[in-house]
Amino acid sequence: MSLDLPLIWVGLIAVAVLMYVLLDGFDLGVGILFPFARSPADRDVMMDAIAPYWDGNETWLVLGGGGLLAAFPLAYSILMPAFYLPVILMLLALILRGVAFEFRLHGRRRGKALWTAAFAGGSLVAALAQGLVLGGFIQGVAVRDLAFAGQPFDWLSPYSLLTAAGVVAGYALLGSTWLVGKTTDALSGDARRWAWIAAAATALLLAAVSLATLFAHPDIAARWGLGGGGVEGGRLLARLPIPALGALGLAITAAGLRRGRHFAPFIGAALVFLSGYLGLAVSFFPNVVPYGVGFRAAANDDSALGFMLVGAAIMLPVILGYTGYVFWLFRGKVAAGAGYH
Amino acid sequence: MDLDALLLSRLQFAFTLAFHIIFPSFTIGLASFLAVLEGAWLFTRREAFKTLYMFWLKIFALSFGMGVVSGVVMSYQFGSNWSVFSRVASPVIGPLLAFEVMTAFFMEASFLGVMLFGWKKVGPGLHFAATCIVAVGTLVSAFWIISANSWMQHPVGYAVLPNGRLTAVDWVKVVFSPTFPERMVHMVLAAYLTTALVVGAASAWILLKDPRQPESRIALRMAIGMFAVVAPIQVLVGDASGKEVLKVQPVKLAAIESFWETRSHQPLHLVAWPDRAIEGNRWEISIPDVGSFITAGRSDAVVMGLKDVAPRDRPPVFLVFWAFRVMAGLGVAMAGLGVWGAWLWWRGGPERSKLYLRAAVAMGPAGFVAVIAGWIVAEVGRQPWVVTGVLRTADAVSPVGAGQVSASLLGFIVVYAIVFSGGALFILRLMAKGPAAAAEPPPGGEPERAPGSPLAAGVAGDAS
Repeated sequence: MSLDLPLIWVGLIAVAVLMYVLLDGFDLGVGILFPFARSPADRDVMMDAIAPYWDGNETWLVLGGGGLLAAFPLAYSILMPAFYLPVILMLLALILRGVAFEFRLHGRRRGKALWTAAFAGGSLVAALAQGLVLGGFIQGVAVRDLAFAGQPFDWLSPYSLLTAAGVVAGYALLGSTWLVGKTTDALSGDARRWAWIAAAATALLLAAVSLATLFAHPDIAARWGLGGGGVEGGRLLARLPIPALGALGLAITAAGLRRGRHFAPFIGAALVFLSGYLGLAVSFFPNVVPYGVGFRAAANDDSALGFMLVGAAIMLPVILGYTGYVFWLFRGKVAAGAGYH
Repeated sequence: MDLDALLLSRLQFAFTLAFHIIFPSFTIGLASFLAVLEGAWLFTRREAFKTLYMFWLKIFALSFGMGVVSGVVMSYQFGSNWSVFSRVASPVIGPLLAFEVMTAFFMEASFLGVMLFGWKKVGPGLHFAATCIVAVGTLVSAFWIISANSWMQHPVGYAVLPNGRLTAVDWVKVVFSPTFPERMVHMVLAAYLTTALVVGAASAWILLKDPRQPESRIALRMAIGMFAVVAPIQVLVGDASGKEVLKVQPVKLAAIESFWETRSHQPLHLVAWPDRAIEGNRWEISIPDVGSFITAGRSDAVVMGLKDVAPRDRPPVFLVFWAFRVMAGLGVAMAGLGVWGAWLWWRGGPERSKLYLRAAVAMGPAGFVAVIAGWIVAEVGRQPWVVTGVLRTADAVSPVGAGQVSASLLGFIVVYAIVFSGGALFILRLMAKGPAAAAEPPPGGEPERAPGSPLAAGVAGDAS
C-alpha cells in the first residue's frame, strides 16, 4: 500500500471537524440568539429555520468523535479523559437542546417555556464547553506513558475562557447570518442587527485569541515566525494569508449586511471560521495531541485505516451528495408552518 | 486507578446504555412500521393508513430525537470513561463504529428532515423513499453495533501485536463473527416486537374507550399479526442464539442457567437464588435433566458449570440468571398475546374482549423490559471481560478520578430524568388523544399552516 493512510485520515478528520463547526455552529448560534427574539412566534420561525438540518449537522460531531476513535485511537484515548468534564457538559447540553426541537412543540404553557429555556441554555453551554476544550487543547495536554497524566481542571484558565467566549461569539455570528438568509420581515431586521454585534464581537475576540495564542505555547510563536524574541519575516509573511482570509470574511459579512444581501453574510462568517481553523492547523500540525503526540504516532494500523478508507471513499461523496440535496430542498426563506405537526 | 472510579464508570455506562437502547429498539421497528403504513397508503389510497402514518410520525420524531442525543453520548464515552479499551481495541472495533456513522447515521439524520418537513417539498413517491431510507438506516445502524458487540463477545479474525495492541487480520471474520447472525436477527425481531407491543397498547387503549375507532382497529390487527408471527420466531432465534453461546461462551451460559458443576443431566432451574459466595444456589426449583436438553439438545450432554473457571473469571450470576428469566418469560407472554389475539380476531374481533384490550395495554412496555433484560444478559454475562479473553473491564477504564465520574453520573441521571419525563409525557399525551386527532392531512392543497404547527399554535405561544 503506497497511500499515506495516516495523512489522508488526518485530512478527513480535519474536514469532518470543520464541517461540524460550520454546520452545527449555525444551529447552535440560533439557539444562543434565542433569548433575544422579540416574540415566541419569532422563536418558532428561528427553530423552523434550522429544524430540518440540525440532526445531520450534529452527525458530523459523531463522525469527528467516532473517526478520531477509529483513525487516531491514541489521540482519542488521551484527549477524552483530559477534557472529561467539558466533554460531558457539552453532551448534556446537546441532549437538552436536541430534544427541545420536538419537545417545545408539544409543551403547553410551562412546558414550552421550559424547553425554550433548555434550547437556549443548552446551545450556549454546548458552545462554551467546546470553546473550553479548544482552549485547553491549545494550551497543551499532559501525557505520560501514552495516557493523560494531568489534573481534572487543566483545561480551565483565563485563556480557555477567552476561547470559549470567542466560540460563542463566532457561533452567534454564524447563527445570525444564517437567519438573515432564512427569514423575512422584522425578524430578518433583528438578525441583521445581531449579525453586526456578533461580527464586531467575533472580530475582537478572534484578534484577542490570536494574540494570546502566540503566548500560549512557545512552539506556536515559532510556527508563526515570532519565536525566540525575533521576527522571522519570511515565515510570518507566508502565514499572513490566513489572517487576511479572516479579514476578508469579515469584510464580506459587513458588506453583505450593509447592502441587504441574504446569503453573503453567512459566506463571510464561514470564511472567518475557515481562517481561524487554518490558523490552528498551521500552529499544530503534525501534532494531534499538543505538544508531543504526532498524527503518525497516534494513527491506527494500516489494516484499519485502509478498510475504513474504502468505506469513506464510497460513502463520503454519497453523504455530501444527499446533505447537499437536503440543503437545496429546503433552500430559500423558511415557510410559515413548515413543520409536519 | 481506584476501584470507585471503575465502579462508577460501569454504573454510568450501564445507565446511559440502558437509557439509550430504549429508543433504538422502538425506532427501528417504528421506522419500518411507518414505511409499511406509507406504502399501504400509496398503494390502497385508504386515508386510514395516512392518518396512522401522521399519528405515529409524531411519536417517531419525539423518540428518534431522544435516541440521537443519547447515542452521541455513547460515541464519546468510549474515550471519556474507557480510554484503555479505545486504545487497545480500536484497530478492530474502530472501523465498525466509523462505518455505522458513515453508512447509517448521516442517512437517517438527513432523510429524517425530509420525512418530517418535506411533505410540501417533495412528491409522495419521494417522501415514501425518504421513509424507507430512514427505515433501512436504522437497520444498518443495528448491523454495525451488533457486529462490534458480537466481536467483543467472541473475538475472532485478529492478532495481538508485541506492544499489546490488537490488529485485524481478517475483516470478514471480524464483521461476521460467530455470534453475529443470530444476535442481529434476535435484536431486529426484538425491536419489531417492542414496537408492535407499543402500537398494540396504544390502539387497545383507544379501543377501550371507543371500540369502533377505525384506525386503532387496523393498527391493533397489525400488532396482533406481529405478536402471532414474530414472537414464536423470536423464541426459536433466541434458542439458536443460546446454542451459539454454549459453543463459544460456555461461562456465560453457565451463569444464565446457574450451573455450578460440570456434568451431564443438568437440571433446568426454573427459579433459583444463585450465590457466588457459596458457589451454588441457596435454593432452587428445578426440573431434572431438562437443563442439558434445553441448552445442548440432549439430556445426557455434559454442560460446563461455573466452578470450571476461577472465581475471578465468573460473571455476576444472580443478575444474569434473573435477567434471562425476565426476558424469556416476557417472550413467551408475547407469543401468548399473539395466539390469544389471533383467536379473538378469527372469532369476530379482538376489540370485543375488554380483557384482551387490557392485557394488550399492560404488555405495552414489555418489549422495553425484555430488551434491557436481554442486554443485561449479554453484557453482564460477558464480565469480567470487556473483550472476552482479551481485555478485562477493570483494565479498560480511563485515568479519570472518582470525583469526576460521580459528577458526570449525577449529571446524566438528572438530565436523563428530565428528558425521559418530558418525552414520556408528550408521547403518552399523544397516545391518549389517539390517531383521530392526527387526521388532518398536511400535503398538497391544505391551508398553509397545518393545524397544530408552531405558528398556528399561537395560543401556546405567549408562554415563552
